[in-house]
Amino acid sequence: MVRVRTGVYHDSVSLMRVSRTASALPGVEVAVVAMATELNLGIAAELGFDLPKAGPADLLIALRGGGADTLEAALAELDGLLAGLSATPAGGAAVEHPPHTVRAAARERAATLALVSVPGPYAFAEALDAVEAGLSVMIFSDNVPVEQEVLLKRRATELGVLVMGPDCGTAVIGGAGLGFANVLRPGPVGLVAASGTGAQQVACLLDHAGVGVSHVLGVGGRDLSADVGGLSTLRALEALDADPATELIVLISKPPAPEVARAVAETVAKLGTPVVTALLGPGQDDLTVATETALRALGAPVPAWPSWPAPGTAREHAGGLRGIYSGGTLCVEARLITGSGEFTDFGDDAYTVGRAHPMIDPTLRLEALAEVPPGEVVLLDVVLGHGADPDPAATLAPAIAGAAARGVTVVVALVGSEGDPQGLNAQAEALNAAGAAVFTSNAQAAGHAAEVVAGIAR
Amino acid sequence: MTLTMLSGEPEVITVGADVLGEALDLQAVPRTRVDWRPPMPGTEADLARVLADPRRGRANETAVGRLVSARPQLVGVRPAHEVLDLPRGTFLHAGPPIEWERASGPMRGALIGAMLLEGLATDAADAEERLARGQARLDSCHHHRTVGPMAGVVTRSMWMFEVHDAEHGGTAYCSLNEGLGKVLRYGAYGPEVLRRLRWMAEVLGPALQATLERSGPLDLRALTAQSLQMGDELHNRNRAATSLLVRELAPEVVEAAPGHAAEVLRFINGNDHFFLNAGMAACKVSADAARNIPGSTMVVAMARNGTDFGVQVSGLGDRWFTGPAGVPDGLYLGAYGPDDANPDIGDSTITETAGLGGFAMAAAPAIVRFVGGDVSDAMAATRSMYEITLAEHPAYQIPGLDFRGTPVGVDVTLVARTGLLPTVNTGIAGRVAGTGQVGAGLVSPPASAFTTALTALAEAADHGNGSV
Repeated sequence: MVRVRTGVYHDSVSLMRVSRTASALPGVEVAVVAMATELNLGIAAELGFDLPKAGPADLLIALRGGGADTLEAALAELDGLLAGLSATPAGGAAVEHPPHTVRAAARERAATLALVSVPGPYAFAEALDAVEAGLSVMIFSDNVPVEQEVLLKRRATELGVLVMGPDCGTAVIGGAGLGFANVLRPGPVGLVAASGTGAQQVACLLDHAGVGVSHVLGVGGRDLSADVGGLSTLRALEALDADPATELIVLISKPPAPEVARAVAETVAKLGTPVVTALLGPGQDDLTVATETALRALGAPVPAWPSWPAPGTAREHAGGLRGIYSGGTLCVEARLITGSGEFTDFGDDAYTVGRAHPMIDPTLRLEALAEVPPGEVVLLDVVLGHGADPDPAATLAPAIAGAAARGVTVVVALVGSEGDPQGLNAQAEALNAAGAAVFTSNAQAAGHAAEVVAGIAR
Repeated sequence: MTLTMLSGEPEVITVGADVLGEALDLQAVPRTRVDWRPPMPGTEADLARVLADPRRGRANETAVGRLVSARPQLVGVRPAHEVLDLPRGTFLHAGPPIEWERASGPMRGALIGAMLLEGLATDAADAEERLARGQARLDSCHHHRTVGPMAGVVTRSMWMFEVHDAEHGGTAYCSLNEGLGKVLRYGAYGPEVLRRLRWMAEVLGPALQATLERSGPLDLRALTAQSLQMGDELHNRNRAATSLLVRELAPEVVEAAPGHAAEVLRFINGNDHFFLNAGMAACKVSADAARNIPGSTMVVAMARNGTDFGVQVSGLGDRWFTGPAGVPDGLYLGAYGPDDANPDIGDSTITETAGLGGFAMAAAPAIVRFVGGDVSDAMAATRSMYEITLAEHPAYQIPGLDFRGTPVGVDVTLVARTGLLPTVNTGIAGRVAGTGQVGAGLVSPPASAFTTALTALAEAADHGNGSV
């Protein structure tokens, strides 16, 4: 059964949830509920559905299963789920007449910033609306062309606002967590990060040490490239310097382009606020060491980072190391520390075209985990917080147990704070009970994995 | 260098994945959710190019600023041959340019009437044959600072409202409204139609001209603002505006044309739409003030010729972007039905171009039944037009929306982004020449008129400055 609904739009994450629920309905074997993009049409065609003409503005529903009546019943159920997506809980004019663009929203209602997570090709228009309305904007979307990023950031500089992103995974502004955001105590450290998971790692370690953050400003992974020239990094550094709540700034990035590094160094030298720089690269401090440096700069004690050693006894390891990551920076850091192994960053743009980020949708990582042959060591990250999978251990723990049963050693870097909605301890214990060694420091997790491979630790 | 978002409580606009917005709800962070959907198919590349044009923001500010600051004044009523370049055998018509071969029934009917009125044909059959042979020269009203309702046919002997923009100095023209029923603008050309047109040229026009000479300029901006507050939207409802016009002019008509005062006033008073044509000229002169601003994506004309719906854009000079005119959805007079309807026709969409008509529906709850809806539809129609417009009119306000200004200045990029097409109120002409009006309702312009304009804007943006 194939249906095309025109004039209906839902975002891909919401539709993925509906698809998942629909697949579990009685009598349904295969369910595809998605906007009819080229990619999704391709997926449906591969599944053997005969498709009518449809475009990205149409909603595609394709069901297969036992009998026409069953499918009709499933379709009715599905329509209920879709209707539920459109219903908005609160009352008032905003609900009766929701704005259709950021421009209209900014014109009609008070706001201090915008959060843009529409598909990449459409993000530019919404982000530009925000900038032109005098609002800072976080662009969660990836696959945004670099020339659009440069244009947005130049316009933002003219208008005195900040563009965070594109591909900015996390930000914390005045206590509000945006995107993938951990629940952090308020405090004196301001973060500027060209990397979402890097910022999450540092902020969570600070939180474990009892030190809070003022703001976390993401700038997007390309900001310190020669093309973009660090436009947002420079602006974010200056803004945190002017912020009375910020006593220390931590700047997190991959090594910048040389000319950009010079501009950043010049700006840092002019600031009144001390800056700790964590540049991920060969010969540089890892994020855990950088966090410890920041703690010492504040005169705060450095604690032992929480970890949960693997249960049971050591095994013989004939195989190598695989890194199955969702966070790009965490992946790079782990690769630098282990010095060997086969690492994949499933959060990379190449894996997220037309699909949700692996912190939301675990499918690809679970598949990768299932394929690890016996004797190998697997290193993976689990990132908690708002926006992320509400219970990652629910799907990961059985997969880890399965891997462990095959003789695979699993090491987990668990990035989260005690306040996160998933519950740090509960997640750690579930993953640990399934057989994984769990570390809150990614650097320590990577170090441990390397030692296991080298046969000097279990 | 400070960032305002770092001080004070965060309030967030979210657009995209609901899961990220819900995360803010869990943190009790106030937020406004954007009901986003993908733009019109195939427009994203053009949109990115046009939005990136550094001229756009300021150009649109200038364009819409000129549109809403215009001060249209009715300064005179004069024969077309005096004020327009209109030699014998040349006729103006509504909408983008069209030739006889492609003209619809009502357009052909009006052109036949024009031939007869000007004495260029002996009868309808003769007129039709001459028109088919190309003996008349046709041109778009819009090319002559002129607008005409429905078929909008203007001949040299007709008398025209002359409207002057006291702010920017422009002038625009529109013919005098003939009333309802069998009239030339709906394609009727029978003897009573021609008799009325001759009376308008011999009696009505000169009387109004003498009247305006006595009264001096009449402020149409003020009159329009008052009429909106009295329940007109100035396209399909002009009852308040016509009444106000009569109140203003009546004493002067009596003094200026004592011999004809009664018949002139009776004629105006008998036609609730008499003001429409003066209002259209006012909208035309306002929109023309916003033309030719390089980089501007604002629509300065929407017009239909009964076959094509066309738009012109400030940053693109006099080029037309067209698509097929749709058949309005509405109520029909007597036994007429949708099968009798001609596709959308007329320059009266200049009212929507200037933020009136369908855009001001919320001001005119009395007509919503007429155009097939209820009051909440009217409110929703106006509200949705704020999504695709650049500004709110400072003088034209809607009491029912807390005196919010009407949405004004259609932005081609916002139409493409939201997929919302301008809401147009309109009369419906019969499709057979000579039938006249068969109904009234709402009509949607073709999306292709806006997407082709967007493509042209993208090309102009790439060429940078001086593309007009």
